[in-house]
Amino acid sequence: MDRMPAWADAVLVPLFSIVLAAILSAGVILAIGENPVEAFRLMVDGALMRSSGWGYTLYYTTNFIFTGLCVAVAFHARMFNIGGEGQAMIGGLGVALVCLFIPWPHWSIALVFATLAAGAFGAAWAWIPAYLQAKRGSHIVITTIMFNFIAAAVLNYVLVNVLRPAGAQDPATARFPEAVHLPTFQDMFSTAETAMFRGSPANVTFFIAILACVAVWLLIWRTRLGYEIRAFGHSETAVRYAGISPVRITVLAMLISGGLAGLMAINTTMGEAERLVMNATEGAGFIGIAVALMGRSHPVGVFLAALLFGFLYQGGAELALWTNIPRELITVIQALVILFTGALDNMVRMPLERVFLAFRKEGAR
Amino acid sequence: MDLNTILQVLDSTVRLATPLLLACLAGLFSERSGIIDIGLEGKMLIAAFFSAAIAAMVSTAETWQLFGMELTWLKDLMPAVIWGMFAGILAALFLSGLHGLASITFRGNQLISGVALNFLASGITVLIAQVWFRQGGRTPSLISGGRFEEITLPLAETLRPVPLLGPIYADLISGHSILVYVGLLMVPLTWWVLFRTRYGLRLRAVGEAPEAVDTAGVSVTGLRYSSLVITGVLCGLAGAYLATGLQAGFVREMTAGRGYIALAALIFAKWRPWYALGACLLFGFLQAVALRYQNIDLGAFTVPVQFMDALPYVLTVVILAGFVGKAIPPRAGGEPYVKER
Repeated sequence: MDRMPAWADAVLVPLFSIVLAAILSAGVILAIGENPVEAFRLMVDGALMRSSGWGYTLYYTTNFIFTGLCVAVAFHARMFNIGGEGQAMIGGLGVALVCLFIPWPHWSIALVFATLAAGAFGAAWAWIPAYLQAKRGSHIVITTIMFNFIAAAVLNYVLVNVLRPAGAQDPATARFPEAVHLPTFQDMFSTAETAMFRGSPANVTFFIAILACVAVWLLIWRTRLGYEIRAFGHSETAVRYAGISPVRITVLAMLISGGLAGLMAINTTMGEAERLVMNATEGAGFIGIAVALMGRSHPVGVFLAALLFGFLYQGGAELALWTNIPRELITVIQALVILFTGALDNMVRMPLERVFLAFRKEGAR
Repeated sequence: MDLNTILQVLDSTVRLATPLLLACLAGLFSERSGIIDIGLEGKMLIAAFFSAAIAAMVSTAETWQLFGMELTWLKDLMPAVIWGMFAGILAALFLSGLHGLASITFRGNQLISGVALNFLASGITVLIAQVWFRQGGRTPSLISGGRFEEITLPLAETLRPVPLLGPIYADLISGHSILVYVGLLMVPLTWWVLFRTRYGLRLRAVGEAPEAVDTAGVSVTGLRYSSLVITGVLCGLAGAYLATGLQAGFVREMTAGRGYIALAALIFAKWRPWYALGACLLFGFLQAVALRYQNIDLGAFTVPVQFMDALPYVLTVVILAGFVGKAIPPRAGGEPYVKER
């Protein structure tokens, strides 16, 4: 078979896609009448040159790691979970219930149980689409899209009619008690003389996200279930022939996927807002799609891609602050990345492959 | 509840159902040809923006000049709103073309392409709106000439005194903008094209068994691209109606999930035109009720407005689950066609 080596497929194709997206974005910035080089310098300055910038970048990164892993795990089972957004919303509900109604003595215990609740609620929200896909053949993409909207309606109802404190105007829960305040990077790394990460929302959840990366790697490549999930993704008939239940794999993969999306809520709800607000997810569930595609569904790739998008998010906010470039530029870049890495990947791969094969023929001669 | 209230709710049902219907029929053409399109939302959004933006520009411009040529006569050829509509259609066609490039030519993942296009539209509309108008990602409010006017059907006022039928004719049937009637006419037209023409037969065949169409010597690629053109035009009309008919201008994210509701309606209608009309009217009715009544008091308990918001999606999931009449999509949907193996 004439193919290019695996490393080229895994590294060069995403890299070329980013370069294409970057060139197009630079074109957009030029068309607006701004200087792309200057814009990039501003983004690097705001996101990476100060510890508080890093604090925001890593905060966003934490979100995107979770949602990226969520999409990646489902991808391994050849399912497309667009429902990360809804699963994260419902995960937030779990976090809020745990933090509001149980008097925790210490944040660390609260964090353990909030993590469990976030995962369980997110997984529960993924369970119905998973079950319907496995048992009734309802297309998981459509059902998870529908469940995003249903989640928004559920959350809206709960926040307006149930959890909103009496007399409050905005649809949000009461503030969480002081005891469940998660240590931020500022609390952890500041010394008496110098404040680090001042005012930035990055917190201890970042380390949970890294743990989740390791756990997903172990799950996918070092456990029986992970093997079954990957096998299912390659060939459903083979899996069935091997005596593995497709229903079980579909449901389990989606539960893990939904649980990972739910975990994102610890970061936004417990770590940052310290109360549950209406739009806590801010589209991070969808960015997970770009992250997983760019990271080639591998935890290391997801981590790097999440870091890139964290940088883009923080840098984009800086751009909106200092120039006439609105934040939506980042949405455009995100769309281009999804387009090039996910849908037009053949457009990038075909010429690359041709180059590789041409070189190989030279060598053989 | 008196007749007047009922008529008002039904009137707004028709208004709200129109963009859903146009987008739903757009999706129908695409999915019947085997191209799954979750990018309806994005196509509507970008069409809404460009139709409002161009309509606003044309209606405020005194003269047109291009490279020193006097083109004012060209501007006066059509009202601003029509210029806007064509701009919206072109924008939607552009996204449709991208979708075709990704999913037909490069055999990419159609779902991912749709998602990407939705984000592209959501970002680029606000971006351009901000650069062009500097009003926080919206277009200026459209004045008359920049919007579709409401059409009063003949004899509407004369017949109004007739009991029951008079008000129904004058308030419900008459008094909508032209695109509402276009949308309604599209239903029989779609049915006729799909089920009574050679093109429609081939279109349906290419969504079920492209290899058979290919064997018969008809171009799969050509058919699929042609269906995407129709999708683009219909989405363009839907977007134009949103921004220059239903409302007076573009605001960010103004489609507000309508593309997804249209997708839901398409599944609910099991990919059939007349059913699509019914599904869109139903979902439009739900929107109209949710808009008018915040919480519905049924005596024993109240139905919260959020329940009405979620109902279209819940109904679609129920239909998808196959508990009430199974929805079976076109068989080749989502599969890129590879000519030889």
